[in-house]
Amino acid sequence: MLDKALKGGKKYWTLVIVLAAMSGVGVITYLDQLKTGLGITGMSRDVSWGFYISQFTFLVGVAASAVMLVIPYYLHHFKKFSKMVILGEFLAVAAVTMCMLFIVVDMGQPMRILNVILYPTPNSILFWDATVLNGYLVLNIVIGWATLHAEKKGTPPASWVKPLIYLSIPWAVSIHTVTAFLYAGIPGRHFWLTAIMAARFLASAFSGGPALLIILSLILRKNTSFDPGKEPIQAVAKIVTYAMIANVFFILLEVFTAFYSNIPGHMHAFEYLFAGIEGYGKLVPLMWTSVICAVVSLFLLIPYKFRENENLLIIACVAVFVSLWIDKGFGLVVGGFVPNMFGTVTEYWPTGKESLITLGIWSIGFLVLTILYKVAVSVREELGTAKSEH
Amino acid sequence: MYNGGKIIAGLIIFIALVTFPFYTNVGKTIEAPAAPDAAPDDMHIGNIPIVKMRGEHMKLLDQWRDEVVRKGERFVEYDGDQYEKSIQNGCLSCHSKQEFCGKCHNFVGIDPYCWDCHFSEEEGQL
Amino acid sequence: MKIDRRKFLKMAGFTGMGLGLSAADMLFKAPAEASSGHSAVSTAAVRRAMVIDARKLKTDEDYKRIVDACHSIHNVPTLIPEKDTVKHEIKWIWTDTYSRLFPDQVNHYHPEGFKQKLFPLLCNHCEHPPCVRVCPTKATFKRPDGIVQQDMHRCIGCRFCMAACPFGARSFNFIDPRPYITELNTEYPTRTMGVVEKCTFCSERLEKGLEPACVEASNGALVFGNLNDPESEVRKILKTHFTLQRKPELGTMPSVFYVIGGDEYAG
Repeated sequence: MLDKALKGGKKYWTLVIVLAAMSGVGVITYLDQLKTGLGITGMSRDVSWGFYISQFTFLVGVAASAVMLVIPYYLHHFKKFSKMVILGEFLAVAAVTMCMLFIVVDMGQPMRILNVILYPTPNSILFWDATVLNGYLVLNIVIGWATLHAEKKGTPPASWVKPLIYLSIPWAVSIHTVTAFLYAGIPGRHFWLTAIMAARFLASAFSGGPALLIILSLILRKNTSFDPGKEPIQAVAKIVTYAMIANVFFILLEVFTAFYSNIPGHMHAFEYLFAGIEGYGKLVPLMWTSVICAVVSLFLLIPYKFRENENLLIIACVAVFVSLWIDKGFGLVVGGFVPNMFGTVTEYWPTGKESLITLGIWSIGFLVLTILYKVAVSVREELGTAKSEH
Repeated sequence: MYNGGKIIAGLIIFIALVTFPFYTNVGKTIEAPAAPDAAPDDMHIGNIPIVKMRGEHMKLLDQWRDEVVRKGERFVEYDGDQYEKSIQNGCLSCHSKQEFCGKCHNFVGIDPYCWDCHFSEEEGQL
Repeated sequence: MKIDRRKFLKMAGFTGMGLGLSAADMLFKAPAEASSGHSAVSTAAVRRAMVIDARKLKTDEDYKRIVDACHSIHNVPTLIPEKDTVKHEIKWIWTDTYSRLFPDQVNHYHPEGFKQKLFPLLCNHCEHPPCVRVCPTKATFKRPDGIVQQDMHRCIGCRFCMAACPFGARSFNFIDPRPYITELNTEYPTRTMGVVEKCTFCSERLEKGLEPACVEASNGALVFGNLNDPESEVRKILKTHFTLQRKPELGTMPSVFYVIGGDEYAG
């Protein structure tokens, strides 16, 4: 089926070439990082995790979100998702690929990365993160490919696919819980040391990922013969709505605990992010953008009349995605490091080269996504089932 | 052959690239470093016969590295004396890095990453 | 025996999985070097600890001697970038004010002189180190004598330990440190870029029967010894003085104790 990715129209090939070029730029910049060290990034002794790890954290959420389609379709036989499930699974593949690439570029000694397997350390959450991410990647590749191939042949999928699908459901929840545990078990960093971290992660994953899925489906509908259908999109939009409400609610819970308790250690990170401390406030405009986008998105998602209007829906989904990308992709990681363990502030901002590498990895991810989606769409085009009946 | 022209052209380019190191070095000779001329039963620190050091020194260093760093067993006894299991304070306290390590490594064209951290006194300023 | 390809592949797959699972049991062998149980106090024969008597550190020269002793013998680079002084800094032992060491034990009415006083900070070699708990390769591990050691050969540079350390004791080599080493000590290696480093309680000196360099250079202000020996010098000080540890509420049980003093600012 992969040969379907080698035949395409002008739009397809333009997209592939542009993404490949951007990936190339990222790879070349990474070679510079390999030579000079992580000093080319904006990270410092105080803010020792930055853009790379925060992108990884965000993308694990996007990867886990496939489960929001798998549960209704496979567990509850919600037939409307029949055309979209494969999109979710392939998005998970692309997202997990990006996660692993972000981890590799963040390592100081990437050639030693096999040490994690050679010297397994079950008490380290990073070990489990590596395990569950790799497992999830394999699961989604196998499930996605097997179901698509069976669809192409016109037969039901092989009997061993069902158990794997059932396995992927708790596995999806686990990948994001484990990633949350990276942060939530660290003593001394009050911004992270909260039980609701895993719940927040899941809520933001289940709103951000499906929001991206809606955007991608609408792009597919516009540019290919694939049409997921209006009602399936509306069903996903409902999921995004409720998950976003939960996510915003959880953040407000955190704000309450920090400020009602009035404990300085708990408040400081919020103060730095949303107001600035001691004159340091690089992240303030960004964080408030995240808040505004969240409010706008809820305003457009909650009323049925707005959600039903696909033009407004796409704005809402973009707002959700941007809001969560800022919140998880910036605020969460940097907030844990500022102020530092001594109560002073060292700010962080990604450098140009760091951004190029990041952009390169996103391009690789989207390239993988483009190729996989092309295969799925082409298979259905040949079968004549590219349009949903819903 | 379907697409025969492209395949043959690709094959020629591939073979040219792969054999590049060979035909560009035709006629050049590089002298191999002399083998150690110690008697076969002349043992050395670490209980590896000198003639076997070439092949087994990495195994020894790996072992020493774990023993020193992870277990704190820093000294090895040899011939009644205590020697430090260390590149800098052990091997290089008697041998010269260039003569002892550099000659063979340069000949086979390898650059072990040991020297990223460890160094020898003769280098002075890094 | 007639067997079709499908059945053969199924059997081969299950056999392979079985072999793999039996090899995987090594995954769950408890590592000898991981940190000990949760709130238990160490009962080992030796637990290395340090008491810092801040009353005996008065002049800039006192502090400089301690820091230089450590950094010079360990080839710690001097990284002072033009703009942001903490950016790629590497420090194993350094000094800071009381409010930075003990941010949860500050009141606004300390004597002025006390607010400016400096205290040395270093890795606390905790009894229950969070850094050891999170290291995915056991590159940082706890020795039987209590020292939290760093294996530069195994470190993959993930910096999880830096996120986990509540005391900010760890530094990362963001760039190649070698150009910034002012004076090389040829008896100790340097580090390379991409690994984390920190104070090792001078384990290489302890193994030769010497004291840690900072202790030796401190003229008695830093006392080093065996916390589990009731007759040791450190225990004697702890018995007769009030001491503070950094962030005790986190349960890491540091092995570094501070005699704060402070009364000398009275009146």
